[in-house]
Amino acid sequence: MQTKYLIIGSSHAGLTAAEEIRVHDQDGALTMVSMEDCLPYSPTILPYIVEGKVDEKLIYLRDEKYFTDNKITFLKGKKVVTVDTKSSTVTLDDGTKIEYEKLMIGTGSAPTIPPVPGLKEAKYHVLRTMEDARKINQAAETAKHAVVMGTGLVGMHAAEGLGKKGLEVELIRGRRRAVLPNYFDGNAGKLIHQVFLDNGIKCNLDFQVKEVESVNGKSKVTLSHGEVVETDLLLVGTGVKSRMDFLGDASGVQVDQGILVDTMMRTSVENVWAAGDVAQAADFYGDERILTAILPDAYEQGKVAGLSMAGDETVIQAFEEIGGQASESYRGGISMNTFNFYGNRSFAVGLSLVSEEDGFEIDTMLFPTSCMYQKLVFDGDFLVGAIGINVTLDPGVITNMIRYKINLQGKKAEFARSPLDMSRRIMWESWRGAIKTAG
Amino acid sequence: MGNAYNTLAVYPEKCNGCGECEKACAKVKANSTDVVHSRIKVLKSLEDGFFGPVVCMQCGEPNCVKSCPAGALSKNPETGVVEWNEDKCVSCTICTLGCPYAGIYYNPLMSTVVKCDHCGGDPECVKVCEPKALEYRPEASVYNDQGDLEDLFAPGLAACLGCNMEILVRHVLRHVGPDTVLAAPPGCLPGVCAVGFNGFTGSKVPSFHPLLTNTASMLAGLRRYYKRKGRDVTALALAGDGGAADVGFQSLSGAAERGEEILFVCIDNEGYMNTGMQRSSTTPYGSWTSTTPVGPSLPGKANDSKYMPLVMLMHDVEYVGTAVTAYIDDFHRKVEKAYQASKRGFAYLHVFSPCTTGWRYPGDKTMEVQRQAVATNIFPLWEYEKATGKLAFTHPVDNPASLENYLSMLGKFRHLSKEQIEHLKNTAAMRVNILKAMSEQGLAGYQNLKVAV
Ligand SMILES: Cc1cc2nc3c(=O)[nH]c(=O)nc-3n(C[C@H](O)[C@H](O)[C@H](O)COP(=O)(O)OP(=O)(O)OC[C@H]3O[C@@H](n4cnc5c(N)ncnc54)[C@H](O)[C@@H]3O)c2cc1C
Repeated sequence: MQTKYLIIGSSHAGLTAAEEIRVHDQDGALTMVSMEDCLPYSPTILPYIVEGKVDEKLIYLRDEKYFTDNKITFLKGKKVVTVDTKSSTVTLDDGTKIEYEKLMIGTGSAPTIPPVPGLKEAKYHVLRTMEDARKINQAAETAKHAVVMGTGLVGMHAAEGLGKKGLEVELIRGRRRAVLPNYFDGNAGKLIHQVFLDNGIKCNLDFQVKEVESVNGKSKVTLSHGEVVETDLLLVGTGVKSRMDFLGDASGVQVDQGILVDTMMRTSVENVWAAGDVAQAADFYGDERILTAILPDAYEQGKVAGLSMAGDETVIQAFEEIGGQASESYRGGISMNTFNFYGNRSFAVGLSLVSEEDGFEIDTMLFPTSCMYQKLVFDGDFLVGAIGINVTLDPGVITNMIRYKINLQGKKAEFARSPLDMSRRIMWESWRGAIKTAG
Repeated sequence: MGNAYNTLAVYPEKCNGCGECEKACAKVKANSTDVVHSRIKVLKSLEDGFFGPVVCMQCGEPNCVKSCPAGALSKNPETGVVEWNEDKCVSCTICTLGCPYAGIYYNPLMSTVVKCDHCGGDPECVKVCEPKALEYRPEASVYNDQGDLEDLFAPGLAACLGCNMEILVRHVLRHVGPDTVLAAPPGCLPGVCAVGFNGFTGSKVPSFHPLLTNTASMLAGLRRYYKRKGRDVTALALAGDGGAADVGFQSLSGAAERGEEILFVCIDNEGYMNTGMQRSSTTPYGSWTSTTPVGPSLPGKANDSKYMPLVMLMHDVEYVGTAVTAYIDDFHRKVEKAYQASKRGFAYLHVFSPCTTGWRYPGDKTMEVQRQAVATNIFPLWEYEKATGKLAFTHPVDNPASLENYLSMLGKFRHLSKEQIEHLKNTAAMRVNILKAMSEQGLAGYQNLKVAV
C-alpha cells in the first residue's frame, strides 16, 4: 500500500504528530502503525492499571471514530520489521509493504535488562505495554511476594501498586544508591524513601541484585551481601532504551543512543522524522543531544515533527534562514516529572540535582516530619531548576518560567518567599504580553 | 467552518481584588467557604496594588490534554471547554506540568486536579464580579451562526481605513441573505461599493441608488411589487443619517406611518461625512462640523441632535432598535428581529457609526469609541417591539462612564467648554430617563413622565 504520511507508533509522539499534520493537511493519506493490537494508550498509565486505580477500558486515548473522522488508516497489531529509506518502504511483520512519502518514527522505548547473571534466563516481568501490565496483574492474583528491581519511576510506581494489592514487596536499587536518582536530590530521595518504608515496602539501598535463578516457578534472587530472597513475582524496572532495531545500517538513519534528530525532528535521512522516547534531540541546557524519555517531550516533539512533515513551507524556510531557531522548533529537552506516592505529591523540574558547588544559588526549605521539601535552583537571575514535595508550588508555572527564561531581576528573595504567587503572576503577565525571553 | 467558542474574558485592569469570584466558585464547585476550592484565583500584590484574576483559558491546543496519559482531559468540540473526567483521572498531575499559569492545578483538599469548566456556560464568578473584570463573552455564537453564510459584498471596499461601515454592511447583508433588494441613497456606502463603479455593483444582491429624498418610498413600491408577484423579497435600506433624519425624513416618516414592510437601517455617523463633514440633524450639540465651525465666536453646533430612534418609535412601527457593531452579538440579534418585523410592517434599526475621518480619531479606535458611547449613555442600546409593546434596554448602564473621557477621544469635541459638556450630560440623562420610564411603565410611562433634569 501507499501513503503520504506514515507514522510508526500510536502513543504520545505519534498521536500528536498526526493531530498536527491534520491541522495543515486535512486530506493527505495518513497511516499509523502500532505493534500492539489495541487502541492507543499511554505507557504512563500502566502503574495505575497494576494498582487497580483505573479500569483498563477507560484509558484509551482515541477511539475508532477518531481515526475515521480524521481519515487516518490505523493498522494495529502490526509490527514494523524493516525500514528501507532508499525505496521509502516499510515492511510489516505480516509481509505487508507500505510505501511512504514522509515517515515519522515514534516507537518509544523498551525496558533494558541489566546484565545480572541468570536474569535473562529466569522468569521476570517488565512494565512497558498493556500486555505487560496484564501479565503482572495475572501473576499478582496468586503471588504473595514481589521483588522490584530498580528505583526509577517505573520501579517506585510498581512497588506502590503491588504493595497496595496486598503483596509483600521488596524494592532493590539498580546502579545508583538512591531512589529516583534522575529527578530527586538526596534530601528529597530520603523523604520519599522513608514514606515507602513506612508503608511496608522493604527497601535497603545498600544492596543490589547479584544473581537470579528460577526455581519451581519462583525466582531466587541473590543480593550483593549474600542474602537470598525467594519471590513469586520479579519485576525489572532498571531503565529504558530506544526501540529502533528495525533500522539497519543500510537505512542511513544516524543513531547514537537514540535516533539523532535536529530541532525540527528531522533525522539524517530526507523524509524521515523521529520524535518521542526513541529520538535523541536537543538539550535545553547544553549542545549535546539527549534522550529524555518523558511524556511531555514526546508530545512536544511529535507536534514539531507533524508541523515539519506537513510541509508548512514558510515555517520550514524561516527555520532554515535563522539557522534552526524557529519559534515553532523544539526548544530542547528539560527534565521534568511529577511523582505522586501514598497520597504525597512531588515534582522535579530542570536542573534539580545540582548543588552550590556546581556554581548555582540554591534556596531550600525542608520539614522532614511533615514530609515537605522545596528546592529552588538559580543561575544568576534565572530559575533553572526546582523540586517540590507536598508544597503549593505549581510545577507547570515553574517549568514554564524555566523554559521561557524569565529574568527575576533582583526579585529572587521575594520569589523564594512566596514562589507560587510570584511565579503565577510572572507567568501570567508574560503570557498576556509577549513572553519575554532572555535569548 | 470550525466552531468558535464563548470565552470567559478577563479584564485585569478592572479587578479590585475583592475576591468575590473566588468565594462564588468555591461555593458552587465545592459547596465550601474555603477559597482553596476556587478554580479562579485572584493574584494580589499589596506592594504595587496589582490585582489580576487567573483562570483556565480553555486553550485552543491545550497542553494538559496532550499530556494526560489517562484520556481524562479533552477539549469539548461543541463548547471549547477543556473538560476533566473524574472517573478516568489517576491524579498523576502530569497535566499541571504543561500549564504556564496553573489553569489546571492540584487541590490538596480534594486530592485531585481541578479546573474551570465555565459552569456549563453560565459562570458564577462573572455574576458576582462587581467591577466587571470578568465577563462571559458570547460573540463566538455569531461566528458559528454566520460563518457559513455568504458574504454579499465584494471583497475589498474603498472605505477609509478604520471605517465602521464595512463591518456593518457586510454583517447586515449576510444576515438578511440574498433574497434582498438594497437601496443605498447618497452617502459613503454607494461610493465605496454598494452601487459600485463603471456599471458594476459591489453588492451581490440587486441594489439601486435612490435620491436622498425618496429611499423609503421607492423601497415601498418595490416591496409591494414583489409581493404582488408572489415573491418574498426583503426591502432593505442602508441609509446615512442625512438620508434618514434630514433630507430623507419625509418619505421615511410616510412609509413608517403607513406600515410599509421595509427594513430601514440608519447608519448614523452624525453628519454628512461623505460630502465634507457638514452638520445634520443628528449631529450632537457642541460638535464641530464644517458648517458648525469652532472659533472665537462660534462654539460648534448650537442645537441638540434629533433623537431619531424615539421619533421613529412614535410612528407606531413594528420594531425599533439601536445598535453598534462593537456589540456584534446584540447587533445580530437586533438585525434578526428587525428582519422578522419587516415581514409584518416597518422596522427601523438605528446604528451608531463613528467616522474616523470626520470625527477625527485614529482608525483603530472605532470599536472603542462605540463602546464608550454606550458606556456613557451617549448612545444607549435598547429595542422596542410592537408585538409585545415593550421597550427594553439590551445593555443597561447604571453608572455611566466619564463623558469627558469619551469626548476627549474625538477631535470634533475637543474644544468643548465645561458648560457644553454639562449640556451634553443633561441631554443624555434626559433621554435615558425617558427610555427608562417607558421600559418600566410601558409606553404610558412616557406620558406620565415628569422629566426631572
Ligand atoms: C510504567 C511507566 C511509567 C511512566 N511514568 C511517566 C511519568 O510519570 N511521567 C512521564 O513524563 N513519563 C512517564 N513515562 C514515560 C512515558 O510513558 C513515555 O515517555 C512516553 O510514553 C513516550 O511516548 P512515545 O510516543 O515516544 O512512545 P511510547 O509511548 O513508548 O509508544 C511507542 C509506540 O510505538 C509502537 N511501536 C514500537 N515499536 C514498534 C514497531 N516496531 N512497529 C510498530 N509499532 C511499534 C508501540 O506500539 C507504541 O504505540 C512512564 C513510562 C512507563 C513505562
